[in-house]
Amino acid sequence: MAEKEYAYYAGCSLEGTAVEYDMSMRQVFKVLGVNIREPDDWSCCGSTPAHTVDHVFAAALAARNLTIIEKMGADTVTVPCPSCLSAFKRAHLGMTADESFKNEVNELLDEPYTGGVVPKSTLQVMFEDVGLEAIASKVTHALPGLIVAPYYGCILTRPPEIAQFDDPENPISMDKILEAVGIKVADYAFKMECCGAAFGVPKKDMVNQLTYRVLSMALDAGANCIAVACPLCQQNLDLRQSQVNSTMGSSLTIPILYFSQLVGLTYGLSPKELGIDKLVVSADEIVRSRITLEELAQREAKVKAAEAEAKAAAKSKKVQVKEEDSKTEET
Amino acid sequence: MNTLNLTKSMDLTFIEQVSRESGQNPSLCYQCGNCTAGCPYTHYFDYPVSQIMRLLQAGQRDTILSSKAIWLCATCETCTTRCPCEIDVAMVMDTLRIIARRENKVSEKDIKLFYDSFLESMKGHGRLFEMGTLLAYNMKSGHLFADADLGPKVLEKGKIHFFPKNIKGKDKVAKIFTRFQEKAKKHG
Repeated sequence: MAEKEYAYYAGCSLEGTAVEYDMSMRQVFKVLGVNIREPDDWSCCGSTPAHTVDHVFAAALAARNLTIIEKMGADTVTVPCPSCLSAFKRAHLGMTADESFKNEVNELLDEPYTGGVVPKSTLQVMFEDVGLEAIASKVTHALPGLIVAPYYGCILTRPPEIAQFDDPENPISMDKILEAVGIKVADYAFKMECCGAAFGVPKKDMVNQLTYRVLSMALDAGANCIAVACPLCQQNLDLRQSQVNSTMGSSLTIPILYFSQLVGLTYGLSPKELGIDKLVVSADEIVRSRITLEELAQREAKVKAAEAEAKAAAKSKKVQVKEEDSKTEET
Repeated sequence: MNTLNLTKSMDLTFIEQVSRESGQNPSLCYQCGNCTAGCPYTHYFDYPVSQIMRLLQAGQRDTILSSKAIWLCATCETCTTRCPCEIDVAMVMDTLRIIARRENKVSEKDIKLFYDSFLESMKGHGRLFEMGTLLAYNMKSGHLFADADLGPKVLEKGKIHFFPKNIKGKDKVAKIFTRFQEKAKKHG
């Protein structure tokens, strides 16, 4: 990959309840040689609440950041949170396609946005710009026994006209990245089924019911872990998992990790720097199961040797029996 | 189930307004029901999304604007992605919610209150102050202990900040709010 610098917009959640997404994303980018620079004095994107008020207003809240990024000389901003991403993409695409919309938005801003910044999710940068080969080349560790359900959430690839990335019904980018670092991926039917989104506070029971479906479908698919790319999904699935259990009378325990944390574990990064200890449902068992690629090779060689030995033993037994048979025939 | 007198309650200007503001053509909908089939929230809606589309075609302003459905929609974009007529259904729902808010016809007060608490926090600090938003919501909604069970968890993980982080340009963010409000007032 050519040396390219991205603007990196972390967003508000990644300073608070999703701090481990920020920590792990930065670490993984560092290993992969992706240069990122944080825009100075960025503000909230407006997220879901803003677009329930007005679309020009929502675009202005997002575009204030695009102006800042444009001024720092970056042509691409990479965004971990799908909600921020969606706000940026709607502002950017709306303003570049429609002159009068652009003017209306700029009227609300101190400094106008002229349309020079392409927003991309961090997942998209990993999948398309870094590439699977480069992602795989940094692996030093394995997580045997782990089966991950990749959960994309609603809006990372939807609607296709806005997201312009991967597939709107059956995305595969996260699957491919996890497989590239040697992680086993489950065939998961609820990759994009809504977790309850931002209704957690005002409509807790509804969210718990929706989240329950997402969690139990992962278990049904044979997964023992869920990978996410969205701070809100992670919050509903992880922080609210005990609420889900009390609302639904269930006793689910399944760790919910950001895809960047899983990739980081295979790169040999420490659990501390990946913020694994920030997860509410413990992922300690996953960390404990981690072995180096050499250990994996030894383990596999041992298994192979044992198999070969068993085969040889069975063969010699057969030969012995045959020899004995021929002996009895002779006499 | 409600009985609607379609001739009495039909408001043709409403169809025109929603079409203009959403940029969508509701008359393209032929009621296949694909949107409702994929909608994760349909069990919670008073009117399934395909019925909202039908009500819109019939200009049923009051029924739509006072429905719970338009507030319980999470904009997950499943309907938009699957509509065979390529109607951006989620955009229609979003537009209906915006009009309901503007006309102060809010059926799901807690949801709007949560959104407002979020925006207030953003207006005050430039960024979202998670703890402040939750507390403001709890005070205003009267659900004083909403999500109180989660407090110890985020506290233990060191994920919650007790004080807001004010950005340098918070006044510039607040100015976006006031410019918008002034403009909205001017246009009634």
